[in-house]
Amino acid sequence: MQSYVGVGVTPGRVVGPVRIMPPALSAPPAGESLPESAEGGTTAAEAAAAELKSAAAQVKAELLDRAGRATGDGKDVLSATALMATDPMLIKAAVKLINAGSSAQRAIWDAGNDVAAMLISLGGYMAERSHDVLDVRSRIVAALRGVPAPVIPDSDEPFILVAEDLAPADTATLDPAKVIALVTAGGGPQSHTAIIARNLGLPAVVAARGVMELAEHELVYVDGAQGRITTEPGDAELAAAAKWRMQSSQLGTFDGVGQLADGTRLDLLANVGGAKDAVAAAAANAQGVGLLRTEFCFLGHDTEPGHDEQVAAYKGVFDAFGGKKVVVRTLDAGADKPLPFLTDSTEPNPALGVRGYRTDTTSPGVLARQLAAIADAAAQSSARVWVMAPMISTAAEAAGFAALCTAAGLSTPGVMVEVPSAALTSRHLLEQVEFASLGTNDLTQYAMAADRQLGPLATLNDPWQPAVLALVQATVDGAAAQARAAGNGAGPKPVGVCGEAAADPALAVVLAGLGVTSLSMSARAIPAVSAVLRSVTPAQAREVAQRAVAAASASEARALVRAELPILAELGL
Amino acid sequence: MSERTAIIASRVGLHARPAAIFAEAAGDLDIEVTIARLGEPAEDALDAASMLSIMGLGAEHGEVVVLRAQGPGSEEALEALVRILETDHDA
Repeated sequence: MQSYVGVGVTPGRVVGPVRIMPPALSAPPAGESLPESAEGGTTAAEAAAAELKSAAAQVKAELLDRAGRATGDGKDVLSATALMATDPMLIKAAVKLINAGSSAQRAIWDAGNDVAAMLISLGGYMAERSHDVLDVRSRIVAALRGVPAPVIPDSDEPFILVAEDLAPADTATLDPAKVIALVTAGGGPQSHTAIIARNLGLPAVVAARGVMELAEHELVYVDGAQGRITTEPGDAELAAAAKWRMQSSQLGTFDGVGQLADGTRLDLLANVGGAKDAVAAAAANAQGVGLLRTEFCFLGHDTEPGHDEQVAAYKGVFDAFGGKKVVVRTLDAGADKPLPFLTDSTEPNPALGVRGYRTDTTSPGVLARQLAAIADAAAQSSARVWVMAPMISTAAEAAGFAALCTAAGLSTPGVMVEVPSAALTSRHLLEQVEFASLGTNDLTQYAMAADRQLGPLATLNDPWQPAVLALVQATVDGAAAQARAAGNGAGPKPVGVCGEAAADPALAVVLAGLGVTSLSMSARAIPAVSAVLRSVTPAQAREVAQRAVAAASASEARALVRAELPILAELGL
Repeated sequence: MSERTAIIASRVGLHARPAAIFAEAAGDLDIEVTIARLGEPAEDALDAASMLSIMGLGAEHGEVVVLRAQGPGSEEALEALVRILETDHDA
């Protein structure tokens, strides 16, 4: 029995067979040419072309087979991708290169590049299809090499997916009915894999060194809360998995009222990325949207989307939450979310670069137009629309953003607190805007100077780090100071948390104790957070929070809080 | 050379599913069919069996395209393809 340890990102205990997602393929050597000659009467070029067409046909057949077993959007995507594999434009271009002397692998590699570039140049929907062309190209090259394609394995039975890391594109083919847990050797607790796992409610462990050496079909036990993978599971592990199945069905659903043990309210809202997410979150009784990521409207576009397109996109979300609060985050481009028309990919340090609100200085007008579209959509809906800007570092920026909101007719401007300076000077920021929302993912990254996406830095990138908790406290204290200085009898302005930290039930208690006024998370995480919050009084939460902030390390903070919350063990969290 | 015009009926235009359905049907034929916008020279016409080429054409809802083919069965083939283009696959 062997154990692998990583960072647990979503709780859950399961036993299942391992399926490994093969690592990405490397490009064939540049300029690789045809072999000397072929057998029989064929030339090397004829043989290579035949090999290529055969590999392409094989890929098409495999994709059509998968499409046959898929439904809805997945079926359409797989069918269209299948057609791409033998598309005359792609194959003819590759054969031309073969006739000019390239090997089959190099020819399809280069032809794939050219076709993808052509699609990108068309912008919009076509540009997005370039990913599909490159995916098909990978599959054809894999077929030519006789190795498995670097895609999520097809399986008849449920399995535990083990990969180096997962990209946003991989999730399109991730079937939650088949994948029962996610384990990655790389990545960190706030990487895409973690976000995907939370969205799908899948137990997940990231930054688990060594897991790529597990054998295909090997049975393992995964404990998402503990961050542990164990081989040769025995009776104890099987019993734990059975107990989890029972406990997670007991967690049930959220009744729409976020509160502590004495009835003190603490609203639980959802983080969403578009209308589809919003509808699902509303069905789960989320009390509103604490973070509407607006990038969905802009990603994959070559140029800025038009007013009407934006209005329709935002209205789709507002309509799912009529009469409820929806907090819209304006465009957060840059770093891991580059947009060709807005951000400069040649920056040496994108995370410290012109991103978020800062793009308004280098590309003025985009933000104003986005705010106008948000206002237009808000006017056509009954949702209570608040707006906040990402990457605000100073009170002057907050004031600038507030002015833009006023000009657009939006009455409740706020700021994201993710840059440490904003947390430390929140008193001045809240003089200019109406609310603050802590983006703990990036706040942790900047406070700990640790890239969110790097596995080796996973322990630093932990919102339990006492320094991060201290920054949350500073933000709340600043709100109180601003209210006192304003002296008009109004209480402090709202300070919410919309980072992944809010989804951790134990950390949610700490945040409540520090004075955070609302929590926003993946809708799937709400029932567990609600259950744990209801087990503590405000006084208990405050006591636990102060001890956590005073702890000397993240693990000490986590351990002492977990020790005070027996409900976590009862619920298997 | 047989020639037929068709008006794109699908609401999204000749993208995505409609393009895939059309290209697949054209690919199943024994003869070669080309597609071009009405008014564009025949020598610039695209291979109707290439979904990628058709996507690049970007024909919108309501636009008129010209299909060309030659050889036995081209009249029937073009008739079938015109029917596909003039069906709203998003309905």
